[in-house]
Amino acid sequence: MPNVPAIVGTDRVKRGMAEMLKGGVIMDVVNADQAKIAEDAGAVAVMALERVPADIRAEGGVSRMSDPDMIDKIKEAVSIPVMAKARIGHFAEAQVLESLGVDYIDESEVLTPADYANHIDKWQFNVPFVCGATNLGEALRRLTEGAAMIRSKGEAGTGDVSNAVTHMRKILGQIRALSAMSKDELYVAAKELQAPYDLVAEVAANGALPVVLFTAGGIATPADAAMMMQLGADGVFVGSGIFKSGDPEQRAKAIVRATRHFDDAAEVRDASRGLGEAMVGINVADIPVHHRLEDRGW
Amino acid sequence: MSASPTIGVLALQGDVREHERSLEAVGATALRVRRIEQLSLIDALVIPGGESTTMSKLAVMDGFMAPLRQARLDGMPMYGSCAGMIMLADRVLDARPDQETIGGLDITVRRNAFGRQVDSFETDIDMAWLGGPPMHAVFIRAPWVEATGAEVEVLGVIDSGDRAGTIVAVRQGLLLATSFHPELTGDHRIHSNFVEIVKGNR
Repeated sequence: MPNVPAIVGTDRVKRGMAEMLKGGVIMDVVNADQAKIAEDAGAVAVMALERVPADIRAEGGVSRMSDPDMIDKIKEAVSIPVMAKARIGHFAEAQVLESLGVDYIDESEVLTPADYANHIDKWQFNVPFVCGATNLGEALRRLTEGAAMIRSKGEAGTGDVSNAVTHMRKILGQIRALSAMSKDELYVAAKELQAPYDLVAEVAANGALPVVLFTAGGIATPADAAMMMQLGADGVFVGSGIFKSGDPEQRAKAIVRATRHFDDAAEVRDASRGLGEAMVGINVADIPVHHRLEDRGW
Repeated sequence: MSASPTIGVLALQGDVREHERSLEAVGATALRVRRIEQLSLIDALVIPGGESTTMSKLAVMDGFMAPLRQARLDGMPMYGSCAGMIMLADRVLDARPDQETIGGLDITVRRNAFGRQVDSFETDIDMAWLGGPPMHAVFIRAPWVEATGAEVEVLGVIDSGDRAGTIVAVRQGLLLATSFHPELTGDHRIHSNFVEIVKGNR
């Protein structure tokens, strides 16, 4: 046998990592205790951050990458993958997170953007990135920059699932529309999506993104998760929905169960029983436009 | 019995769809197994890649673990990739102490043995017994096999670099397992071999 090198940080291992998370729930946690609760409930990964989106929204101010000590403690507390958020465009935060050995970086609109023109050049990293998108063009631009996983943005920290629905329907509807186009129409489609032609043609041919598509931003109940999975999500991010609710342990388990059995109404029904108070919701429509997170990232 | 075996893919979580495609590509009928009753409909079972901690926990929550162990004892062929390998192992290192497995493979595996996600890698593995060129193998937070019992046949080892000699593919009777993910590369030789095991069992 020739000496075959082991190659790290390839597209395939980055995208493949997200494939392994499919059908699962990724939960926001702010400390090791919450991370244990998430793991015990069957979460497939945890997202380590300093404040959940609902608190970021309530407290305001600039929101940044978490303290490395906190991320280390969470890594020690659980055996499932640990993700962490970097600000949009903040490549130095991403470098720190990579050196901490987090398993995935979320370049996230939930934090305050660091660059209002550029996202992080994600090809420069061995650690994979997930990015939010509100439509197909945005998703494909993130892939062009090296993202290995996409999540629909929704509106984080609200408990209002309506934007998650809008964004998921938009992305998947645009994919369906591409698939129905003739080859010569794809050139204009690429122009209109503001995305590279080759990627647009690939999505049209396969009828799907070349990466895993999760949902995020406003999922607060088992039925929310089941609906998003039925709409076509590969899995679910739950931010404030669990640890801002009355009974996090039970709600975490219930959302995991409803995600796994998303098309079985009896399972979702039983998962929905007796969960106590859901997080206090904020209607997206009541949030001033300039306070909406979905518009961060371009 | 039909020529095409029906092979279930355990769909608690993970890359179920990729295994279904690989199985269909080699002429098997794939069935997504989400309910215990479905175990009676299949000739064999694939346990996909995923997060073994989570998959084990979900199997316990859904009451799947005992029926899966029984199916294995009753002679159902099973193939596991990555997390699936851990699920079939008798002994697991670096796992939560409460992590349960189906077991049956007399091996000791180490979870995330190669490191975290930043250490995930691709390389070629000599698989002469399968015929054809070396297999391109994708390792994602992968386990390795640290010890094997007398009945276990070693089918693949990493043959160069600082991991040389590491066991990454094994078979014991009707149980097959790989540390890596052949379902992600379009090389269907492992799935094809598993289908042959299943056909030979009927």
